[in-house]
Amino acid sequence: MTFLELKDLRIHFPTDDGLVKSVDGLSFSLERGKTLGIVGESGSGKSVTSLGILGLHKGGRARISGEIWLDGEELVSASAEHVRTLRGKKMAMIFQDPLSAMHPFYTVGAQIIEAYRIHHKVSKSVARKHAIEMLDRVGIPQPDRRVDSYPHEFSGGMRQRAMIAMALSCDPELLIADEPTTALDVTVQAQILDLMRDLQRDFNAALIIITHDLGVVAELSDDILVMYAGKAIEYGTSEDIFERPEHPYTWGLLGSMPRLDRERTERLMPIKGTPPSLINVPQGCAFHPRCTYGDRTGGKSTTEVPTLLESEGGHLVRCHLSGDVRRSIWENEIKPNLEAP
Amino acid sequence: MATYIIRRLIWAAVMLTIVSIITFAIFFLVPRLAGATPESLATRYVGRTATAEQVKIAAEKLGFNDPLVVQYGRFAKGIVAGADYDYGPGVEHCPAPCFGYSFLTRLPVWPDLLDRLPVTMSLAIGAAILWVLAGVATGVVSALRRGSFFDRAAMTIALGGVSLPIFFTGMVSLVIFSYGLGITAPGGSFTPFLDDPAAWAYSLILPWITLAFLYAAGYARLTRAGMLETMSEDYIRTARAKGLTERTVVLKHGLRAALTPILTIFGLDVGLLLGGAVLTESTYSLPGMGKYAIDAITNQDLPKVMGVVLFAAFFVVVANLIVDLLYAVVDPRVRLA
Ligand SMILES: Nc1ncnc2c1ncn2[C@@H]1O[C@H](COP(=O)(O)OP(=O)(O)O)[C@@H](O)[C@H]1O
Ligand code: SF4
Ligand SMILES: [Mg+2]
Repeated sequence: MTFLELKDLRIHFPTDDGLVKSVDGLSFSLERGKTLGIVGESGSGKSVTSLGILGLHKGGRARISGEIWLDGEELVSASAEHVRTLRGKKMAMIFQDPLSAMHPFYTVGAQIIEAYRIHHKVSKSVARKHAIEMLDRVGIPQPDRRVDSYPHEFSGGMRQRAMIAMALSCDPELLIADEPTTALDVTVQAQILDLMRDLQRDFNAALIIITHDLGVVAELSDDILVMYAGKAIEYGTSEDIFERPEHPYTWGLLGSMPRLDRERTERLMPIKGTPPSLINVPQGCAFHPRCTYGDRTGGKSTTEVPTLLESEGGHLVRCHLSGDVRRSIWENEIKPNLEAP
Repeated sequence: MATYIIRRLIWAAVMLTIVSIITFAIFFLVPRLAGATPESLATRYVGRTATAEQVKIAAEKLGFNDPLVVQYGRFAKGIVAGADYDYGPGVEHCPAPCFGYSFLTRLPVWPDLLDRLPVTMSLAIGAAILWVLAGVATGVVSALRRGSFFDRAAMTIALGGVSLPIFFTGMVSLVIFSYGLGITAPGGSFTPFLDDPAAWAYSLILPWITLAFLYAAGYARLTRAGMLETMSEDYIRTARAKGLTERTVVLKHGLRAALTPILTIFGLDVGLLLGGAVLTESTYSLPGMGKYAIDAITNQDLPKVMGVVLFAAFFVVVANLIVDLLYAVVDPRVRLA
């Protein structure tokens, strides 16, 4: 049985301006001990997806359909109260900006202790000992002293470590990290990613890393799902995405990856234009206004919504171009450019 | 933290000094600019029946001919250390804090103020507890059920509450509950708490509610706005992601943060009221500081007015000080400052 499986998940928000289709038919699966990277520009529905898995849209104005199976339980139809008891314990989350994601008025220790005691009926002193252990585990020096510090007294990297300690305090089986390094310096980013990799191995959790930067998930992910306008447009193993990507949007993401071996963070071929509004998604392929290959599909790109189809060996792509054409474009037009010195 | 406290204390002392200078200037400098002579000022102290010679001597003895700085020094010293007054007939010692003697009754002002204080304190503190509980609770529920019937009804009433003057709501409440239904005390009565707690509460219940209603309305709106803001903060999402119950999320994480600015305003409001709830006290004829101030002004009893003004300023400054210190306790980020 698959540990986590999303089936045709849709999360729509009715607003005054119209229906925002933040997540629109998303399916993927993930096993314990494995890492899935979800990549896409800002506004593609990544955060809404992760909050949806945690059940945090329940009771709001969101319209949710589809299925979320976690360890044999379906969560979309489960009661809000039941999903609450799973939050923090069975599944936990790390947020982008640890400064705003931690309460400014409580010490770091108090916040970890609180997280632990929701799910464990232990005394404060036992929970405190556990909090100190967790802080030690995520590499915070002098944890028995730092446990009484406030979030604003930590550096950005230390704060994110504390946030990770908090998320891991109840030994969750699913950990979702939503842009865990976006708010951090480049050098600190690498340390946090290393830490997450080590911890995931120790905890044997299923890990979802969400990012707008393919570089972040390159070394960590087993699978990668590329998201655009609320939908998966390419989904495969890490090798599929990095060695033989087939979607024009993924090519764009690869081209716009900052590369350390280049002058500063010069970007090769940034994607033109901006992501579409999720209220008025373009007709046909949502990516067509920005795609340079749309004219090679005989007009289908602007009229027909492409479906996510298997290309080779479980590698899924949502594009009207035929597999042969895509592979030939990649080999002949894109790859040589990316590898050029 | 220690430097923060010391800095706040020094600031409070500076504020009080400034207030005393301004008060002094208003009562001594302004009349002089308006044409008052040392003699005309002294007349108020010795009475209109005194001869010109007596007035002249009194003016000299009271120091009205001295430079203003010297006069202010004497005035400030009186407050801190007490003063000796020499009207001519004899010297009277006025113990610290000396605000002088009433023109009318010839009695020192300070004991008068101490006498009035329990009334105003009972009124202000009782009302404050009521309004903070009612206002904050209403604001929280309104914010959580934004747009609901409760929210709209509460906010409409709150709008009425902040715009209705107290002498109006006070009169209406007196007419209905005291004179009409006879279930509350009519104006003018006050029983000290220690004499009879039940009678004390009975004499104050109507002023409490009227005053609390006025303030609760503002607090409800303030709390609602604050809660709407904090409940959309990232740390609220984190609190939910931990698996906390919604109740804990709202009270421990949301309200805790939303209360901080309310605390500031609460301190100032209580401080201001302790200096005299002028309108409430005159509406219900309660013998508090506010009523005292009104009477003093009506009678042009200068030392009384000055005493009450300084006393009120003292409360505001002290309330400010307490709020600043509490702020540091509540918001750890302030301790750095
Ligand atoms: N509660 C909400 N109500 C309405 N629209 C929302 C809500 N939450 C998110 N959205 C919209 O959903 C889209 C996807 O947002 P998000 O998942 O945060 O993107 P990202 O991929 O950058 O994490 C955005 O257009 C956002 O405006
Ligand atoms: S379907 Fe057409 S527009 Fe969309 S990505 Fe493929 S080629 Fe580009
Ligand atoms: Mg996001």
